[in-house]
Amino acid sequence: MLRVEDIYKDYDGKPLLKGITFEVQEGELVCLLGSSGSGKSTMLRIIAGLEEPKSGKVYWKGEDFTDKPTHERGFGLMFQDYALFPHRSVAENIAFGLRMVGRSKPEIDSLVEKSLANIRMQEFADRPVTELSGGEQQRVALARALAPDPYLLMLDEPLGALDHNLRTELLKDLRKRLHDSQKPVIYVTHDQEEAFALADRLLLLHDGKLVQEGAPERVFNQPANTWVASFLGLGNLVPAKLISPNRVETDLGQLEVPIAPEIEPGSDCVMLLRPDDALFGENAISLSNYLRAVIRDSVFLGNYFRLEVMVGQTILQVHSPHPDAIGETISIAWPASSLQCLPVA
Amino acid sequence: MKRSGSLTWLLWLIPLVFLLFFFYQPLLAIFRQVFSERFNQGWQFFSWAQITRPLLFTLWQAFLSTLLTLIVGLPAAYLFARFEFAGRKWLHTLSLLPFILPTVVVATAFNTLIGPRGWLNLILMDLLNLSNPPVNLLNSLPAILLAHVFYNTSIIIRMVGNSLTRLNPHYDEAARVLNAKPWQAFREVSLPLLMPSILGASLLVFLFDFTSFGVVLMLGGPQYATVEVEIYTQAMSRFNLPMAGLLSMIQLVVTFLITLAQNRLKNPRFGKAVLSSEQKTRQQPVNMRQKIFVILMCLLLVVLFVSPILSLVSRSLVTFEAARGERGEFETGFTTRYYTELFQNRTGSIFYANPLAAIRNSLVYSVLTMLIATSLGLLSAYALSRSGKLTRWMEPFFMLPLGASAVILGLGFLITFNNPPWTSGRFPILIPIAHSLIALPFVVRTILPAIQGIPHSLREAARVMGAKPWKVIREIDLPILLRAVIVSLAFSFTISLGEFGASSFLANARTPTIPVTIFRYISQPGALNYGQALAMSTLLLLTSAAGSLLIEKIRLPGEELF
Repeated sequence: MLRVEDIYKDYDGKPLLKGITFEVQEGELVCLLGSSGSGKSTMLRIIAGLEEPKSGKVYWKGEDFTDKPTHERGFGLMFQDYALFPHRSVAENIAFGLRMVGRSKPEIDSLVEKSLANIRMQEFADRPVTELSGGEQQRVALARALAPDPYLLMLDEPLGALDHNLRTELLKDLRKRLHDSQKPVIYVTHDQEEAFALADRLLLLHDGKLVQEGAPERVFNQPANTWVASFLGLGNLVPAKLISPNRVETDLGQLEVPIAPEIEPGSDCVMLLRPDDALFGENAISLSNYLRAVIRDSVFLGNYFRLEVMVGQTILQVHSPHPDAIGETISIAWPASSLQCLPVA
Repeated sequence: MKRSGSLTWLLWLIPLVFLLFFFYQPLLAIFRQVFSERFNQGWQFFSWAQITRPLLFTLWQAFLSTLLTLIVGLPAAYLFARFEFAGRKWLHTLSLLPFILPTVVVATAFNTLIGPRGWLNLILMDLLNLSNPPVNLLNSLPAILLAHVFYNTSIIIRMVGNSLTRLNPHYDEAARVLNAKPWQAFREVSLPLLMPSILGASLLVFLFDFTSFGVVLMLGGPQYATVEVEIYTQAMSRFNLPMAGLLSMIQLVVTFLITLAQNRLKNPRFGKAVLSSEQKTRQQPVNMRQKIFVILMCLLLVVLFVSPILSLVSRSLVTFEAARGERGEFETGFTTRYYTELFQNRTGSIFYANPLAAIRNSLVYSVLTMLIATSLGLLSAYALSRSGKLTRWMEPFFMLPLGASAVILGLGFLITFNNPPWTSGRFPILIPIAHSLIALPFVVRTILPAIQGIPHSLREAARVMGAKPWKVIREIDLPILLRAVIVSLAFSFTISLGEFGASSFLANARTPTIPVTIFRYISQPGALNYGQALAMSTLLLLTSAAGSLLIEKIRLPGEELF
């Protein structure tokens, strides 16, 4: 439905987006994930028509939308600061988009009422938006964006302005409401938890380019490169050199790895050792990737202990079920199948 | 904390006594004058028409001036807030210049542009071969309106422009995403959000136009008298003090009502939420319409702001006619004679205004004003920065002098201090005192935010480390306040140097100030008088410009003075 093609955009004379291409299908929820300043919001603004790309095209159902004025696109956008009109009441805010397309008064009234009922805020209709709490504002902003029934909904860090507890609560609500709307959605965030919870598909934006694209599980299991693994906090990253199809040389010693056909033997790569995949004690000794590690720190986190261990000069994080004492030497191993060799980003 | 309580009283005491004696006493004297006259003669000393005519004219010209100022100022504010173009900064600084120019300078400048000896007439006379000036715009309503637009456009640019740059751009964008056409987004969202600031700025402009004195006196002439000019005429030419007093009371009431309306506007419920920190909203004009707008607007502003100033400076350097007393040969063209003439002490001349004395007097008054206003301002600001019941009671008392115009102050002084020791001697201390009262609000508004901006924890930290109270002030407050104090000094100096309203009442023949001398020169016939008025105005212009440049350089960004 939406197709963004080879978008370039400069900001303050520096390239911000360097050739972004992606599509969004009907009813699909796509998360655009990247660190702050990566140009995620700018990408949304280009799709909304609030900014012009330096080059590249935006297509909607095959039609070139690149030069179409914002108000003729029929897309919805929810701002990070919500931008609720402070001089209008809750109901007037929601009615705004309907009014602009020239719906009749009774029609607007009934749609606004329905919309308020959806967010369970009927009694708030005539309140000024300046008196709402953060969570209420967020709900009104979403209702306002959805009210004119946009073809496509875009959300720019919709939970970014809220504190952690409220976020978790609203995330569930948002997930249901976005799903129910059955609209194509582009959701911009820097928070991977939100992205994993919501997305049908993830787009990872780094240094002006899309570095990986795919379903959350796929991205989680097979990060495309070191930046993805490190941005998503997937685990320990250890520089390595491939010395045979299934062996690498690292500071930890030689490790056995699954065959990585995309990496040339003899070239550098980075090993991903996930904290959850580590085996300990008896289970470890029998494996080939067996290491001796000294515990530097141990933090109890409920289901497991997060250990910080030292192997040679390298510090690793592992999750262990055992309460081992700091300073103790333990055996750790990663099964070869759990390891991944990533190209250097 | 009992000791700091008694200290607060001391802080209040000095400015309080000063205000009581030099502001409230003269004000009361005006009232007394009016009512004792009424008591003695009934309401015989005036006819209603004498009041309604100037009052209605004042309101009418203020309304027209404000409207015209908005018509020029709003697009100008938009230009500076939204567009980036070559020379933008330069033009912006230029557009703020009029606000600090003394009224006599502005009036003289417009005289050199549209007056009988002004460039417009000179050029027309040359082109059409006429012997008399063909157009006389002086002593007309358009001349007053023009000068007011010149003066107050900078207020609109500054106040509305400031809101425009700080208005969160997401509101407009959100409206457009919600299907609003650009003009709908402006009408439905941006305009209502900017309305408080537009209304506030308009009221301020209206207030300034309503109380404008020097410009109206010098450009409007006798048939276009506003209330202020009428007060001056009644007091200084007709010696009808009760009438002048009555007009002053009416003036005070209207001023008070306008200020009241302004204060009501101050706290719109969405005021804070709308404004974010300054956004990067400026961009190069992209399409043809924007380019034409930027070019036309720049041209208009350059003509509006540059032509009077350029006209004044250039006209002060050329001569076209014989000076009085000169017969036969004389040179037309470039001359510095008007300037050199200023520094020649013609004691034998019939002029009662001695330029050199005026310059010396003005400098002395300005230095005194600078010292009095800044020290009083510091004390008042400290007193006002204390929270508590006392401050709440005192605040209106301190802020009332804001509403009183210089002319009323002058009249009050004239009535109150009309006997020795005030009138004796060649040196009227009353002038710097009146100037200090006029400069005081500006000083307080500069220093008070600076004091309030000092985190209390800094003082507490110093005290915990063993600093005595006066040491705390020396080590913490003073270094932080230094900037604000320098700005206040420069401000009060420039205000005093250009002040005309009060001085026109208080400066006598032996103790003229620069603006009063300029006024006297320009009201007299003769090319030399005219030239000397222009030369002095040019010097005053340069001094004021230097002063305000200093203020702009030192002032912290974001401090607003009105």
